[in-house]
Amino acid sequence: MSTKASRFSARLMLAPAVILLLAWMLVPLTMTLIFSFQRFLPLRGGFQGWVGFENYIRFVNSSAFWPAVQTTIIIVGGVLLITVILGILLAILLDQPIWGQGVVRIMVIAPFFVMPTVTGLVWKNMFMDPNNGLLAYLWRFFGGDPVVWLSDVPVFSIILIVSWQWLPFATLILLTAIQSLDSDQIEAAEMDGAGTLSRFWHIILPHLSRAITIVILIQTIFLLAIFAKIFVTTQGSFGTRTLTYLIFQRVLESQNVGLGSAGGIYAVILANIFALFLMRIVGKNLDR
Amino acid sequence: MARAVTSQRKAINTAVAWTIGLAIFFPILWTFLTSFKTEAQAIADPPVWFFFDWTLDNYRVVQERSNYTRFLWNSIYIAGGSTLLGMIIAIPAAWSMAFVPSNQTKNILLWMLSTKMLPAVGVLYPIYLIFIQLGLLDSRFGLTIVIMLINLPIMVWMLYTYFKEIPGEILEAARMDGAGLREEILFVLTPMAIPGIASTVLLNIILAWNEAFWTLNLTASRAAPLTAFIASYSSPEGLFYAKLSAASTMAIAPILILGWFSQKQLVRGLTFGAVK
Amino acid sequence: MGEIVLEQVTKSFGDVTVIPPLDLTIEDGEFTVFVGPSGCGKSTLLRLIAGLEDVTSGAIRIDGRESSTIPPAKRGLAMVFQSYALYPHMTVRKNIAFPLRMSKMSKAEQDKRVEQAASVLNLTDYLDRRPGQLSGGQRQRVAIGRAIVREPAAFLFDEPLSNLDAALRVGMRLEISELHNRLKTTMIYVTHDQVEAMTMADKIVVLRSGHIEQVGSPLELYRNPRNLFVAGFIGSPKMNLIEGAEAARHNARTIGIRPEHITVSAEEGQWSGLVGVAEHLGSDTFFHVHDTGLAETITVRADGEVSFKHGDRIYLTPRTEFMHRFDEQGLRLP
Repeated sequence: MSTKASRFSARLMLAPAVILLLAWMLVPLTMTLIFSFQRFLPLRGGFQGWVGFENYIRFVNSSAFWPAVQTTIIIVGGVLLITVILGILLAILLDQPIWGQGVVRIMVIAPFFVMPTVTGLVWKNMFMDPNNGLLAYLWRFFGGDPVVWLSDVPVFSIILIVSWQWLPFATLILLTAIQSLDSDQIEAAEMDGAGTLSRFWHIILPHLSRAITIVILIQTIFLLAIFAKIFVTTQGSFGTRTLTYLIFQRVLESQNVGLGSAGGIYAVILANIFALFLMRIVGKNLDR
Repeated sequence: MARAVTSQRKAINTAVAWTIGLAIFFPILWTFLTSFKTEAQAIADPPVWFFFDWTLDNYRVVQERSNYTRFLWNSIYIAGGSTLLGMIIAIPAAWSMAFVPSNQTKNILLWMLSTKMLPAVGVLYPIYLIFIQLGLLDSRFGLTIVIMLINLPIMVWMLYTYFKEIPGEILEAARMDGAGLREEILFVLTPMAIPGIASTVLLNIILAWNEAFWTLNLTASRAAPLTAFIASYSSPEGLFYAKLSAASTMAIAPILILGWFSQKQLVRGLTFGAVK
Repeated sequence: MGEIVLEQVTKSFGDVTVIPPLDLTIEDGEFTVFVGPSGCGKSTLLRLIAGLEDVTSGAIRIDGRESSTIPPAKRGLAMVFQSYALYPHMTVRKNIAFPLRMSKMSKAEQDKRVEQAASVLNLTDYLDRRPGQLSGGQRQRVAIGRAIVREPAAFLFDEPLSNLDAALRVGMRLEISELHNRLKTTMIYVTHDQVEAMTMADKIVVLRSGHIEQVGSPLELYRNPRNLFVAGFIGSPKMNLIEGAEAARHNARTIGIRPEHITVSAEEGQWSGLVGVAEHLGSDTFFHVHDTGLAETITVRADGEVSFKHGDRIYLTPRTEFMHRFDEQGLRLP
């Protein structure tokens, strides 16, 4: 549908977006890459010589690195497990005819729109506080000793908070996917004698597989970058320091830019591994 | 998948769904209720539910104490500005890729997506440095630009998927009818694209409003939006639950309302059109 | 005026040549139909004329003016699209007036022309509705209305009836033909349906893989197909094409005989066979006959009252004066 004239103006219209994003990606990333090979301490005079891969080795060998990796994996994995499983069940439930479906839907989706700092603080103080939190009342009501959530089970607490925020996302996407399932297919399976459970396993779950993959990939990319909730709850203490938070601390708190940049490059590589899978799925979708 | 179900089944489903729905919604509801309590009632044991002396004091105190309106104004400035600026850049780009595709279009789209995947922490220091050099640290303008850039890929993608749904034949018909490029965009494309543009704007405002990495790291006091304002409550002094609740309610209320309007578009925007 | 001349026009998409060099003249006032199977390049050809695609080389002259580099808006042509391509956000009135508005015509003149077109097309009652509230046939008429108000040099139709159901299609076919009779404007009409081509055209252009296979009036093509492709494409049901010994008896590689040019008898005839499927249309009956000793199943047309059943023995005699003979290259033998 294109002629030469319209092709030219089209390129012209695309240019600003491409140039801006290219600059946004290349300039800082190149700088990070350069810093990562330097000893760079802004508070002690800045540049102090080239060090090759030393920062990369030091970052991995530091006592904080492996715990941070472990924490990251546990948090991301835990949140994925909870949100995907509960998301599937919730999506199936919300797909059933119920009274007040719209209202329930809105209630379920709402947490996603809550500011991350609000999420963190409301949970930390009003629910998980060992003296005045609502969960402490609940424990006392049943005669238990209140849990000091954020220091006794800090990683679990973070998982809980993050899951609360991301469950709506998984539910909403899986619900959209379920609603696109052809009811003829379910009816055909019913005619073929499939019970509720086997309909779930053989029809619904396979139909959802693509949406589940997308949920997992997108959430992974966002969860790897979780920052604000940790910032306002534990500040990375009690073993809740994720890779992202560790890098943040190296760069802005201890002002070891070289070391932090090496960590940043690790984070970029890690995110790109997941991004690659996501882009392959999205790309296939473009061809249709 | 809507199918006939016995009303007994429906009643059970309804009960379960409402229970779960209320449980998930509860923290928000509780925050809302607490914002109208006195600080003593806010931490009362046992908790008070609806029967307390409703008061607007907390809202008044929050306003006075922390200059709430300045943070609110910053949030509006940044969310609105980044959206407006982003749309000015994204609409032509998405138009061009949707209606005059080349064999590079797919690659460009995927590449744009990949910039969204860049972990912010990986480029934190360079941006920080650039901001210091340019005097943009703690400025609304600088933050607006950064937030526009991180959301630009989502905007382009969303608009692209909407534009793709406008049949090319209609634009060709306009061309046959004597419309030049300007008239084509003005009289045909834009009116047809308005629903998609509106959804994109809505989602982008939500994302920008809630952004909490750059807003926390690139602002101090002048340009800080509501995310940073709320974060300042993380080191509590004395009784403050009710005030925290009031501040939180004010920060999330506008976005909750926008969010409810844009549920459907959210799916498309956040999955880059892969799930509709 | 609306004479359109294509000279050595070619079109390639990258390495793929869709239209090899092609020459064609469409006379002023003529109703020309481009027909061919899907992928034959007929729509591409129309879009080249419209200016929606650039020609790779060659010239397109509209009323003598070389137009291949002029943008579509300036060629003075109007087009009716397969999907109708109505503007969903405008009322019928605004849809029809759109080309006039683009040409900066005065409001009064716009209204006059829209009213006129609407009354011709029976759309007066629907002028303030949106396309979404109209039926398929009405949308089609709006698309035509939008084309006629600007009084173009020629109308281009791109498979305009393919989204309509069968009954409406017949009605719209008549309406378009009547429109042509009244306006006497050049029309170029693209279709894959040879019935539309036969019933509407002054001149049919049969295309295959971007090549023109034959140009001629409907009856010329029906009576004297230049080659096997045209013979098989024009006519419904299709011409029986017979190879082998029977063809050799007539000194040809292939012989062709149309179903309506075979006489049917219960007693005697040149070929005998068993009735397979019998399609009773009321006015006519078509028999598909097997086991005639020929390799091919033979289709014959008989009167609607002839009532052979499945499995009946039947005798067929081709009317040799209507027989077509083709050589090894598939070209017609005199």
